[in-house]
Amino acid sequence: MKNVSLELKKGEIFGVIGYSGAGKSTLIRCINLLERPTSGRVVWNGVDLSTLSPRQLRETRRKIGMIFQGFHLLKTATVYENMAIPLKLSGVPKEKIRERVEKYLAVVGLEDKRDDYPGQLSGGQKQRVAIARALAHEPEVLLCDEATSALDPETTDAILELLLKINEEFGITMLLITHEMNVIQKVCDRVAVMEKGQIVESGPVLQIFTSPAHETTRRFVNSLFQIALPRSLSRRDDSGRLVTLFVPSSVGETFWTQISRRFDVLPRLLSGGILHLKGQTLGRWVVHFTGEEEEVNKALLFLQDQGVRIEGVMLHAERNRQIS
Amino acid sequence: MQTFQMVGISLFFSVIIGLPMGVLLVMTRPGRIGSNPFLYQTLNLIINTIRSIPFIILLFFILPFTKWVVGTTIGVKGVIVPLVVYTAPYIARLMEQALFEVDRGVIEAYEAMGIRTRDIIWHVMIREARPSIVLGLTIATIGLIGATAMAGLVGGGGLGDLAYRFGHLRYEAEVMYVTVLLLILLVQGLQVLGNRLADRLKKDS
Repeated sequence: MKNVSLELKKGEIFGVIGYSGAGKSTLIRCINLLERPTSGRVVWNGVDLSTLSPRQLRETRRKIGMIFQGFHLLKTATVYENMAIPLKLSGVPKEKIRERVEKYLAVVGLEDKRDDYPGQLSGGQKQRVAIARALAHEPEVLLCDEATSALDPETTDAILELLLKINEEFGITMLLITHEMNVIQKVCDRVAVMEKGQIVESGPVLQIFTSPAHETTRRFVNSLFQIALPRSLSRRDDSGRLVTLFVPSSVGETFWTQISRRFDVLPRLLSGGILHLKGQTLGRWVVHFTGEEEEVNKALLFLQDQGVRIEGVMLHAERNRQIS
Repeated sequence: MQTFQMVGISLFFSVIIGLPMGVLLVMTRPGRIGSNPFLYQTLNLIINTIRSIPFIILLFFILPFTKWVVGTTIGVKGVIVPLVVYTAPYIARLMEQALFEVDRGVIEAYEAMGIRTRDIIWHVMIREARPSIVLGLTIATIGLIGATAMAGLVGGGGLGDLAYRFGHLRYEAEVMYVTVLLLILLVQGLQVLGNRLADRLKKDS
């Protein structure tokens, strides 16, 4: 990694996305010092983690939970034991252990599986156990290392819902690393994009989705939209303009109908989709405007004033990979 | 009977020495928690050296050492020392194999939870390797029985001695056959026991 600086705000869900080898795993492991940065500091609540004694570091680690792509449960222990053993080894008193195990098993919805072995559980269930195991220590932060990468889409969704619920109910700050954009879309407040060991872009999710600046970011954002514009459409009209509109939910609902009323243009919606981000929506429409250049420009300026972001569209096969 | 005595005591000491060696062999590897290249190479060297010497030669080779440790070179006591010297490295290798297979991710997860290394060794590594450890010990015990029979030749008594004195010296072949039969039954029984125990510990499904 080179020159990576991150700041996590309490209670937020921060995502880090990047392709394989971008350095995300290294980054997340530096946070609880599973890997030590060669230079720089990891500061948590004002404490520089590298200055801690081994014992202090262990105590701190109990407040920073972590879940993994491979779940990493003890195969020879039941679900209950998988949760109880780490608690016992952390010095939690016996009476409390039962309490905590029952409580957090209920949070993840697996109370009836407490005597099962991991070998009898599905991937999603195993990850729930791993989450419960981490939660039982009552951490303030939860690190998620590609937590859903080994799960099918439906199960991924269920786990993400669970993480959202945990974040809301317990106020646990979360850092997720992933290579799947829909994870960022569904749960994150802010996101950083990594490539070759560096953070190439970061910011609030809505901003990154509407105005991706870096090439890699755009590729990720585009992967969410299936913009398969058929060739026939793109070759049809050389007059008028073909643009992509990004419409956040903050823009009112009537702006579309106002266009043809106010300006002498004929807008045609060719393709579009609406993304549901955490707490807000983002529409992405490919529109063709027929009309005189001046009128079209006026219409586009109006849209921009309303808060819509506009991009011109390249009219050939490259379209699906890059919009600029 | 003397054989059980010899096997039992030797096994006990071999495990006491061999298991920690096995743990060290895994922990001191490069990339692991207790990485220590010097210790790792040294251990490897010692173990490989001892393992390259056939037992029967080892027996005689370390006679002076045996005498120094237990004061005699014959009888049960005299045979335990070479048996332990022979079996402990064997067990170390078997334990190393068993522990090595434990998923490193689980170890990392426990590290991330702030668990002490020594607890990780016992509660994660040794626990998860339980089935393989049992199978390994079964193999080691069977090997030990064989070595013990050989030791019988050196006056250690036991089945080997029996087979030699009656079977070979006195040409009472029936004695030898019975001895071999007993040995076969013993080994079979042990292996089955070991397999069953390992299966019960596995809990994979």
